[in-house]
This record gives sequence, structure tokens and C-alpha cells, in this order.
Amino acid sequence: MAEDIKKLIIDYVKKEYLEEDSGIDVNENTKLISSGIVDSFSMVSLKMFLEKKFSIKIPDEKATPEAFDSVNNIINLLKEYVKL
Amino acid sequence: MAYSEKARNFYGNELKGIRQGGLYKEERYIESPQGANIKVEFPMGSSTKQVINFCANNYLGLSSHPDVVKAAHEGLETRGYGMSSVRFICGTQDIHRELENKLTEFLGTEDTVLFPSCMEANAGLFEVMLDKEDAMISDRLVHASIVDGMRLCKAQLFNYKHNNMAHLEEKLQETQNCRFRLIITDGAFSMDGDIAPLDKICELAEKYDAMVMVDDSHATGFMGKTGRGTHEHCGVMGKIDAITTTLGKALGGAAGGCVSGRKEIVELCRQRARPYLFSNTVPPVVVAASIKVIDLLSKTTERRDKLERNTKYFRDKIKEAGFDIKEGVHPIVPIMLYNAKLAQDMARDLYHEGIYVIGFSFPVVPQGQARIRVQISADHEIEHIDKAIAAFTKVGAKYNILGKKRDEIIAAYGM
Repeated sequence: MAEDIKKLIIDYVKKEYLEEDSGIDVNENTKLISSGIVDSFSMVSLKMFLEKKFSIKIPDEKATPEAFDSVNNIINLLKEYVKL
Repeated sequence: MAYSEKARNFYGNELKGIRQGGLYKEERYIESPQGANIKVEFPMGSSTKQVINFCANNYLGLSSHPDVVKAAHEGLETRGYGMSSVRFICGTQDIHRELENKLTEFLGTEDTVLFPSCMEANAGLFEVMLDKEDAMISDRLVHASIVDGMRLCKAQLFNYKHNNMAHLEEKLQETQNCRFRLIITDGAFSMDGDIAPLDKICELAEKYDAMVMVDDSHATGFMGKTGRGTHEHCGVMGKIDAITTTLGKALGGAAGGCVSGRKEIVELCRQRARPYLFSNTVPPVVVAASIKVIDLLSKTTERRDKLERNTKYFRDKIKEAGFDIKEGVHPIVPIMLYNAKLAQDMARDLYHEGIYVIGFSFPVVPQGQARIRVQISADHEIEHIDKAIAAFTKVGAKYNILGKKRDEIIAAYGM
């Protein structure tokens, strides 16, 4: 289950944020915000994607750049709202 | 006084962090009018140095143009220095409305309202146009002032990959249930010098019943055959619902901006845009000079034609010299160096050679995309550009990057 979710988020990040020829590989530890792959302004679509997918509402104060900085961090955040 | 040691230390540490991160912005003192040749005191306290300026937004060379300066003097004489008022109390002169009408005609729109800056136009517009049942669909590389404006607006935010029309279309499909959708983009992007495909954006807007907003600050006055902007360049004059632009770049470069577009949107800005309502009016001297600028540009395309020739000349020559640049037609020419330190070191060496340019790196541009941004002006003569090419070639040879492509530069210097 956790592996499926990891893949789901990685696939979304690749499709939503990377150009096909970017040559950047994303895994569960890749820094997303601090590396500049996802800027804090574009993070909103990732938050909306997760909220829709898991039928949850992530409060804005929890959706920090740190909480979204890697797929692992995101999974830890999600665990507060859904049983994974 | 409650400015405690704790507060002092906190702010001091913030500044230390900015310095350590290599993000501290040093101001350089220019002791001459803006133009191709300027006198600069840098580092602070050193004697002034004569350099050729390749980093101003003075695209048309109008910042110190004698006719513009004369019009400013006349404005000062006939309409005074300040108005000590916002527009709607006692801050609107006949010349404010005259300039708004001239901008409307120049941009080919329905109406125009002046703002103290384009930053403020962008800060005010979205909140006026949209509410929580609406959607803002923005390019990811829009200017920071648009990002701030969107943050002030309650509409839902969506964004698409830079200039990626397939991704924009996906976002338009995702937001079909919203009351209004507004596609938001820069006309010309300030870091890459590339142009938004406004023809395709307008097609998508029509197909999905969305409105289009363009910030044309880096295009008004020179893009398009008669310099009207990227909407002219892309053949969509009259189709953009809201244009924001600045008087602070090509159009004389002093201050001020505007929203120009559908008349109801402009009128609503006058009633509700908070940065318009609560800031002072644009000073008469700026208004008078801006009227002269629009008159000059409406009479002849000479200056934008010269800028176009200069831009082509520089782009051709710098490529011939072996530099890796972002292709395009805009007078912003990014010389790609990928490594932040390399960009800073080369900009410093070029300054010693008498060429004033700035290196840009993350977070201003994406990680691994460090560059020197060159900005061409109609104030430049071919001799200025030749000097720049010679200096770039000398400095490029020193760092052994001439003829090298991205991967080779990264292999030598890292990202």
C-alpha cells in the first residue's frame, strides 16, 4: 500500500512539475521544494491532488514547504489524516 | 523603545543568513543619468568607473531622452510637483486622463487606469476580477508581483508548466465548474526573454470560455511591428481582456503602471482596486513625460526598429563567439553558464572590462540554470555592442567556456 502511494505521488510530481527532457529522477527522498523542482507557489496543485485523491482537507498551516519537501515527508503528513 | 536585543539579534541573524546564502543584494551608486554610458561607484567608496550599461530595462533608450526630459520640465512647470492626494479625492489632473486615453489607443484596448506601479496594478487586479467561485490559471514563471496579487485574491489557484499549452489545456478542463477562469501570463518573461504564445492562449481561452490577462512590462513599446506589445507580436490585438504594464521600463523608465483592457474591468479597478484607491496619484512630472513618450512612439517606429537590429546583431555575434544562449528575439539575452559562481565571477570580470551586467542564480532562476542576463537597448550603438562582444570573448576564454555546450560547462564547473 505504502509503495503504491509512493509511486502515485512520484508519478504526479514527474507529470505535473518536470519537463520530459529534464533528466531529473525523483525518488522518495528527492528534495522537492528546497531543490527548486516544486516552488512554494506551485505546491498548491500537489496539495489539491492529495486532498482530492484521499478525500481529506490538509489545513494550510500544516502544508508547509518542509512537510512537502520529499515524498517521504508527504507520506508522513498524510498519515495524520488517513490510515496508510 | 521596545526594540530589544532579542529583536536586533534576530534581524541581524536573518541578514547574516542572506549573506551566507550568497543572496545579499549590493546596490551600486550610479553618478550619471541612465543611459548606454554610465558612471558607477562600485565597490562603495571607490572612484567612479565609466561602463557600458547592459542591465537596464531602458529598452528604447528613453530614460534620459532630451524630448522626454523637456516634457518632464514642462509638466513640472505647468502642473506642479506633487498632488498630495489619491486619484479620487483631488489627485486627478487633465493630463492623467490624457495619458490614460493615449495608452488605451496605443495598446488597442477599451480603457486604461493608471497605477503607481505595475507591481500595484498586479496586486490590485485579480481581487477586483475574481472571487472564490473563480479560478486563476497562471504560468509558473510569472513575475513575483503577479504571485503576490494572486495571493491577495480568493479565487482558486492553478498553474501550468511554463509556456506549456497542453498543460494549460488540462487545467482549463479541470476547472470547468468555476464561474470565471482567468489565464494569467507575462507577455515576455524577464529571466528567459521568451514570449508567451498568446495566439494559442487566446485560442484555448475561446474554446474553454476563459479570460486572458497579460503582464506586458517587458514588451510594451517595442514588441510587435509598431511596438504595441506581445499581443501585437502574436497577432491578438483586441483579444486580451486585461493588460498590465509599466511606465518604468521602455516607456521612459521613471515610475507608474496601468491596467488596460475591457472597460468594465478598468472601471471596477477605479472603484475597488486597493493599491489604486489608497496610494498617491502618479506625479504630474511623470505623467507629462509619459505623454511625450507615447507621442514619440506613435509617430515613428525608429527606436523599436533600432532595438530589433541591435538585438539581432548582439544575438548573432555572441553565438558566433561561442556562447550558449537562450534563443529568441527579445532584447533580454540570457548567456547560460549553469554554475552560480561562474556567473558571478564572469559578471565581476566583465565589469572590470567596462561592461555592466549581472549574474543570476537560484532562487531567482531554477537550480542549475545560472546565467548572465544581457539587456540590449536602442541607446546602444554598434560600437557599444562590439565592445561587449570583445569583453565577453576575453572573459569567456579565461574561463575556457567558448564553444562549450551545457553538459561540458557543467562537467567543468558543476551545477
